[in-house]
Amino acid sequence: MMFTHTEELESDLIGQDGLRDDIAHGVRVGMRLAVRVEGHIAEGIEPEFNRISHPPSVQCRVLSAFRRHNRRRFARTTGVAGVLLLGCAAAVHTQQKPPAIDILKVHGQVYLLAGPAGNTLIQVGSQGVLVVDTQRDQDAADVLDAIRKVAGDRPIRLIVNTHAHPDHTGGNLKIAQAGSQLVAGNFAQQLGQEGARSAFIVAHENVLKAMSAPTGATASSPFGAWPTDTFFQEEKDLYFNEEGIQLVHEPAAHTDGDVLVFFRSSDVIATGDVFNITSYPAIDLARKGHVNGIIEALNRIIDLAISEQFTEGGTRIVPGHGRICDEFEVVEYRDMVTIVRDRVQAMIKKGMTLDQIKAARPTLDFDPRYGTQTGPGSTSTATFVESVYANLRTAR
Amino acid sequence: MRHLCTAAVFVLLTSAAASAQVDFTGSWQAVFHEDQPERIPGPALGDYLGLPINDSARAFAEAWDASRLTVPEHQCRAHSSPYILRGPANIRIWEERDPQTQNVVALHVDISNFQQRRVIFMDGRPHPSPNAEHTWMGFSTGAWRGDALVVTTTHIKQMWHRRNGIPQSDKVELVEEFVRHGNVLTQVTFTNDPVYLTEHLVKSTNFLLNPRPLTPQQLLYPCQSVVEVAAQKRGAVPHYLPGENPFLAEFRNQAHLPEIATRGGADTTYPEFQQKLNDAATRK
Repeated sequence: MMFTHTEELESDLIGQDGLRDDIAHGVRVGMRLAVRVEGHIAEGIEPEFNRISHPPSVQCRVLSAFRRHNRRRFARTTGVAGVLLLGCAAAVHTQQKPPAIDILKVHGQVYLLAGPAGNTLIQVGSQGVLVVDTQRDQDAADVLDAIRKVAGDRPIRLIVNTHAHPDHTGGNLKIAQAGSQLVAGNFAQQLGQEGARSAFIVAHENVLKAMSAPTGATASSPFGAWPTDTFFQEEKDLYFNEEGIQLVHEPAAHTDGDVLVFFRSSDVIATGDVFNITSYPAIDLARKGHVNGIIEALNRIIDLAISEQFTEGGTRIVPGHGRICDEFEVVEYRDMVTIVRDRVQAMIKKGMTLDQIKAARPTLDFDPRYGTQTGPGSTSTATFVESVYANLRTAR
Repeated sequence: MRHLCTAAVFVLLTSAAASAQVDFTGSWQAVFHEDQPERIPGPALGDYLGLPINDSARAFAEAWDASRLTVPEHQCRAHSSPYILRGPANIRIWEERDPQTQNVVALHVDISNFQQRRVIFMDGRPHPSPNAEHTWMGFSTGAWRGDALVVTTTHIKQMWHRRNGIPQSDKVELVEEFVRHGNVLTQVTFTNDPVYLTEHLVKSTNFLLNPRPLTPQQLLYPCQSVVEVAAQKRGAVPHYLPGENPFLAEFRNQAHLPEIATRGGADTTYPEFQQKLNDAATRK
């Protein structure tokens, strides 16, 4: 297979075509324009120009050197200078504002929109766009831009929330209002045309409970951000864009309302925060989160996923935070959580206090990988151990 | 001065062109006279000699139970690129060229061990986004430095640095130099693992040119996971709790080595460590 620079996109791995055939035409036009402005310096690096092309400072140094050693000639060749200046200005602009959302094709009809505080997945097809998680409120405009880059004018029809936390539901209102639904029959009469002016939001009923509030109390989220289509059973099925989609409820895991979203034809699972490759799992004790529920959810993902060969490829798994993964990476993460759980359990059994357990460092082997992360969605080592201890001490 | 610059530019240009003509294509077979005990029978449990590991890597290995490889989802795990060429490997290397320019776009490497294929891109493309998936072989780019092919690989999945439980993280970055002397191909690896290593892990591995083409059977490696332990529960993760691994002292007792040596660490890789060993022996 031949790759040319203008075709390659950053999601390409060996033998994968990435977004090449699917991404909206507008992205390419923008990138090619950028390359023309920058001139020969960035030739051949165009798709990554916004993020990882030659550092702007390099181009500015080139310009400075040009000035030092070719002053007279430089003065005569104002056209070239103009191009270089534009390139430098464009580079500085790029340095000031890197793209907020990293867009990668995952598999089939599913794309990852990786933002500063978490992941959104979109499934794009002839019926429109289905969005899994909407990131924070302040990220919504960037998420919408990214959706438009991939899906063009296709309507946003459905939003699925994997759980209630604001880094996954904060953009619900703006993204739902940017979408629309088809309403007809009795439903149209009940709902009126207002119902058609927003995408539907699907979630487990505990997500609605978390985001809303009893009459008279103040809800944590505005009304328009609440799920419109909830379920309480173990699974809910959807069929959209010629694809079966399973929503699998994992009770008492990261929260009490976690769902796995399994795109069966695309062979992609969105896990929400029961799987977080950047950090130890967060266990929301206030919302009935439990380490055993996390382990059960990870085992469920392993049950659902099928590797292609040598525990690689096949089902792609996208965590709530971090990069695209496969089954084996969930296996390693499951092993980590299980081992830490077993150690803390054994220490409780020996009568050790929380302070003694923390001093014994039951996470020592995993701390440099999962325990030192900071930022949205991350869980410190101490918080993780405290949560596991709280779960297991109660169960004793 | 101008002539000197012209000459320097000429030398640089001509040497670059000549260096790119080193041919690695063909079939190569592993030879095992180097580090044979580690590579064929496999390292003993608790043998971390010569590895610049940190306390976390040691803790991981001390909890490691090889029974984990009986779990179906672990059975067909492949070796990752920093480790795989240490195994019983036949390899086949070929070029992919742009038909319009005849420039080498990529080198392809088929590895019989776990039937892996590496692609080393030679066209200057950047590495993928940090959000892209990782694989056993990772994403490799190559460039010539003199007669050496320097390959940089990122996006590698979690695996092991040594087959007795010393972990390799998914943050690892691998730099390799491939050089050819006659019919010998030498790979030198510089593995940087910020999670589990305190210094680069440096290893070298040799291959001999195989004049006969490899048969398909010499390159294939079928693997299908099965239930190996009938009563094993779903989600089983065999491991030892801290302080309960009974096998960690076996190697040092058999080899008559002090624990400070077998537990590894960067200082055990330097000549000065001999003095520490002598001091330990004296105290004993």
